[in-house]
Amino acid sequence: MKIAVCIKRTPDSESRFRIAASGAAIDETGLKFDIDDFASYAVEAALQLNEKAGGGETVVYALGPDSVQESLRKAMSMGVDRAVHLKADAIPADGIAIARALAAELKSGAFDLVLFGKHAFDSSAGVVGTATAEFLGVACVTAASELKVEGGAGTARRELEGAAEMLSFSLPAVVTIDEGVARPRYPSLKGIMAAKKKPLESKPAQLGPVRVTVQKSELPPDRPAGRIIGEGSAAVPELVRLLQTEAKVL
Amino acid sequence: MANVLVFAESRGGELRKIAFEAVTAARQLADATGGGEVHALVAGAPGIASKVATLGTYGADVVLVAESADFANFAREAIAATIADRAKSGDYRAVVLGFSAQGRDLGPRIAAKLDVPIASDVTEVTASGDALTVKHPGYANKVTLTLAISGSPVVISVRPSAFTARENAKAARVETIAAVAATTPVVTVVEVKEGAKGRPDLGEAPIIISGGRGLKAAENFKLVEDLADAFGNAAVGATRAVTDDGWRPHTDQIGQTGRQVSPQLYIAVGISGAIQHLAGMRTSKTIVAINKDKEAPIFKVADYGIVGDVLEVVPVLTAAVREARKSH
Repeated sequence: MKIAVCIKRTPDSESRFRIAASGAAIDETGLKFDIDDFASYAVEAALQLNEKAGGGETVVYALGPDSVQESLRKAMSMGVDRAVHLKADAIPADGIAIARALAAELKSGAFDLVLFGKHAFDSSAGVVGTATAEFLGVACVTAASELKVEGGAGTARRELEGAAEMLSFSLPAVVTIDEGVARPRYPSLKGIMAAKKKPLESKPAQLGPVRVTVQKSELPPDRPAGRIIGEGSAAVPELVRLLQTEAKVL
Repeated sequence: MANVLVFAESRGGELRKIAFEAVTAARQLADATGGGEVHALVAGAPGIASKVATLGTYGADVVLVAESADFANFAREAIAATIADRAKSGDYRAVVLGFSAQGRDLGPRIAAKLDVPIASDVTEVTASGDALTVKHPGYANKVTLTLAISGSPVVISVRPSAFTARENAKAARVETIAAVAATTPVVTVVEVKEGAKGRPDLGEAPIIISGGRGLKAAENFKLVEDLADAFGNAAVGATRAVTDDGWRPHTDQIGQTGRQVSPQLYIAVGISGAIQHLAGMRTSKTIVAINKDKEAPIFKVADYGIVGDVLEVVPVLTAAVREARKSH
């Protein structure tokens, strides 16, 4: 199969974030960036599908400044065959603008399957994958927690509140990947060496108008410092009292 | 004075809680942008029309009902086409929907069909003149973003429970509109698997009891289940370590890559409090932690912490909760 995976480069989610002096964005000083968690599941899912099929091509796409090339290389070190960098000064907050740029690029790629993470850690919006499917005019499963693709068709599971739907679809299709599909492999030394020789094409992103912008970034107020009320089951009566009288939840 | 179109979500022939929250958010937005009308669109199987009258009391002026046998199993492509079609036909400032399983899928489809911007998972909407700004918790709730969103209409999906459904005494006019066929290839719903009966969904439960590795074995999750039963209206969650080990399904995972929840009460049982987990529950109103390691990071966010072995403490707590609820 010919599979495209669109990834985003995001800061390490375990970082302690600070706000930049402008107040509009986070301070990126000292932050580590990598392929976003859900996007890394998508890369792994693509690799596994083609390994199982015994062939095919996997292509990774990322939109953003030159720094995203490091993440594209990493995807290739995991086993992706080649990479396309859609160059933009910054990654806009407008998911529709990104989807339009990706669709313009993917349209001529004759892909059987295009995978995305269900959302990215930083923007946490979940727009780009599903909107790209719409621009491409292909079927879309948003947030698949299981995925099987064989013989030109796929099945997926998607979680609802307190239920799940089992879906079937025909290729070509876009699938955005939720928790549960795959855990990403670590690049091997051999993979890292091979990735250096794999093709990475860089070209300008056709972004169009950007209509969503971040005006302000703020850290949410800290929770009050935690309080230990006691040890062992002897502390249970006090806990029950506090839940009744202070928190009023019992 | 433009109107606001809002998708009032339903499943299994019933409106969902998020439908009323989305209508409340749409009402706020319409009032803030000059007092236009709120049009609530319901898409369901034939018969749904009899369930929609209550939307008026939450601020809808008009309820638009599109009935189609296809809509029974969330025909996402056709529902998105129906909403987009309506949005094109009227003078709408915004299309509002919930950031629910349905809304996460529909929002980007509608925005792309209309070629308009979308803001997802919004907790506050502010209008000043022609400008719309929204608040959206990004970075797994660690950074609150204020987004300016230009153009008209715009699509806004609202975070479940962020807008409290508010009744106001008004009746809505109900109109029937045509269901529109899908404009893209469709996915077929083969089956809908209903989850465990009798427990609320993690996103909707007022109380969540969540278990981690401190429970030592999958079978000890029974203690968490029992405590949830004692509260009566509690959901059961788990850490990523536990779902990765297969003790619980992935759908129970609370954390950055799982569900992000903010119940009234969150009880963390045998959970150390990895950043990945805290990202999913730190906005809970009251947090209780029970863990044997008093240095565990969960105690830094817990309003009430008990240091101790969960296998000893939890059964005692369960009995005490049962006793306390009995005396009401």
